[in-house]
Amino acid sequence: MVDYKLELSNVTKVFQSSSKEETTAISNINMKIPNHRFISIIGPSGCGKSTLFNIISGLMEASKGEIMVDGKSVSGLSGIVGYMLQKDLLLPWRTIVDNVIFGMELKGIPKKEAKKIAIPMLAKYGLKGFENSYPSQLSGGMRQRAALLRTILYDRDIILLDEPFGALDAQTRANMQEWLLDLWDDFQKTILFITHDIDEAIYLSDEVYIMSARPGGIKDHMMIDMPRPRKPSIVTSSLFIDYKEKALALLSEEVKKAQRLEETIQL
Amino acid sequence: MENTELSQGISSLSKLKTKKTTHKSNLKYLENKEPKNWVLNVGRLSVFLAIIIFWELGARLEIIDPFFWSIPSEIFATWMQIIQDGTAWKDTLFTFQSTIYGFVIGTVGGAILGLSFWWSKHYAKIAEPFIIMFEAMPKLALAPIIVLIFGLGMSSKVAMAVAITIVITTLTTYNGLKLVDNDLVRMTYSLGATRFQVFSKIVVPWTMPAIISALRINIGLALTGAIVGEYIGSTNGIGRMIFYAGQTYEISLIWAGIFNLSILSMLLYLLVSKLEKVLLAGMLHQK
Repeated sequence: MVDYKLELSNVTKVFQSSSKEETTAISNINMKIPNHRFISIIGPSGCGKSTLFNIISGLMEASKGEIMVDGKSVSGLSGIVGYMLQKDLLLPWRTIVDNVIFGMELKGIPKKEAKKIAIPMLAKYGLKGFENSYPSQLSGGMRQRAALLRTILYDRDIILLDEPFGALDAQTRANMQEWLLDLWDDFQKTILFITHDIDEAIYLSDEVYIMSARPGGIKDHMMIDMPRPRKPSIVTSSLFIDYKEKALALLSEEVKKAQRLEETIQL
Repeated sequence: MENTELSQGISSLSKLKTKKTTHKSNLKYLENKEPKNWVLNVGRLSVFLAIIIFWELGARLEIIDPFFWSIPSEIFATWMQIIQDGTAWKDTLFTFQSTIYGFVIGTVGGAILGLSFWWSKHYAKIAEPFIIMFEAMPKLALAPIIVLIFGLGMSSKVAMAVAITIVITTLTTYNGLKLVDNDLVRMTYSLGATRFQVFSKIVVPWTMPAIISALRINIGLALTGAIVGEYIGSTNGIGRMIFYAGQTYEISLIWAGIFNLSILSMLLYLLVSKLEKVLLAGMLHQK
C-alpha cells in the first residue's frame, strides 16, 4: 500500500443560500497525493477550486467527505497546511522581515530567533537588502516572494498556492516559476497549485488535475512524465505539446459547459 | 448602410469646428510651484494687523459700538492684568487639565468600546442603535444634569468632555473595524492564529489609523465640553471667567478670556497634530 501525504475522499461542499436553495460547489472530490509532489489544479472559473483549498486549509467545513494528512483525519482543523492566496496579503505596517516571520511569531517562536532564521533566507531567495523595507516599497513579484517565504517558514509539509502568480506580468511570472521550483526543491514540500495557465501547470507539475464545471469535480488526471530539471525551452518539445493538447481539449469542454450554465442562469 | 455612416462620421471628425485646445501658458499651473514662505507670512501678518487697526480705530471713532466690541488696547491691558495677578494662569490650567483628562478618557474609552464590537456580531448589532441614538443627542444639552451629578469641581468638566468625545470615537473605531480586510484575517487564521492573535495583530493595527484620525477632532470637542461645563457652574476655569464677565458687563474681560482660550485651543491642536504624526509614522506604510 502506498502512503499518501494528502488524501481527499468524497469531499463535497453544499452552500445554502437564504432562499433555502442549495448550490453544490464541489462534489465528491477524491485525490491521493504522494509526498514531495508538485500538483496543479486547473479548471473553468467558478468550478470551486478556491472552495476546495479553503476546505483543505480548514477555513471552511466540508459538507461531506474527509481530508487526511499522513493518514490522519484533519477535517475542520486549521493551521495544518500552508496556504497562500493570489493577493500577497502582507501586513502594510510591518517590514518585510517582520512579515516573513509572521507565521512563526503566531506559533510562539520568539521574534529574535525567528529573524535569525529568516534573514539568511531572505538573502538567498532574492530579497537581500529589503529586510527592513515596507511592502509598499516593493514590486509585485518581490511582495509575492515575501508572501511565499512567509508560507514556507510557517513550516508545513503541504503548501496550497491559489494562483500566486495570477497578477504578475509574463516576464516576472517566468522568473517566479523558476524561483518556486528552486524553493520546492530545497524545502521538499508537497505543493498544490491552482492556476488558469495550462502551460504553467504542465511546466511546473508532476501531476495535473482538471476540474469540471460546477458542481466542481475531478474530470481527469494527467501524469506529467518529463524529467527534471526542466528547461524553459521544454515548452516547445513534442511531449509538452501533446500534454497541452490533451489538457486544452479537456478544459475547453468544461469551459463551454460552464458558459452554458452561466447563460441558463442569466435566462 | 451603417458602415458608410460610420466612415462618414470618422472622416468628418477632423473637420468639426472646435474651441482652441492648445494653450502654452497653462504650463505654469501644471508645475504646481509652492509659494514662498516669507511672502505668506508677510501676507498673514498684514491681514492680522489690518483687523486690529480697523477694530481699534472703528471703536475709538464709534463706527462700531465700543460697549459690546471693546477696544483692542483695552482688551490687551485687561489680559496683561489677569496674567499678572495670576488668575489667567490658574483658570487656564484648570480648563487645560479638564480638557486633557476628558480627551484621554473619551478617546481611549471610545476606542476600547469600538474595538470590543469585533468580538461579537450580536453584541455589536444590538448596541449599534443605542450608540447612534446617543450620538444624535446634543451632548451639550446634558450639561446641567452632568454638573448636578458631578458637582462644581473638575470632574463635571471632565465628564462633559468625555460625553462629547466618547461616542464619536466609538463610531469612528467601529467604522474602521468594518473595513478590516477579510482576506488578511483569513490568511492569519490559516497560519493557525487564535482569535485573540487575529485581534491584536490584525484588527487593532488596522483600526489604529481611524482612531488616530479621531484625535484632532476630539481635542476640539473636549475643550468645548469643558467650557460648556464651566458655563453651567464651576469654581474655576476660563469658561467660568468669561461667563461671569458677561454677567457683570466686563466686556474687555470677555474678549481677553476668548483670546486666552484661542491660544489654549491652538496649543492643544498643535500638540495633538504632533502626537498624530508620531503615531502615524509608526503605523502607516500604506500607499
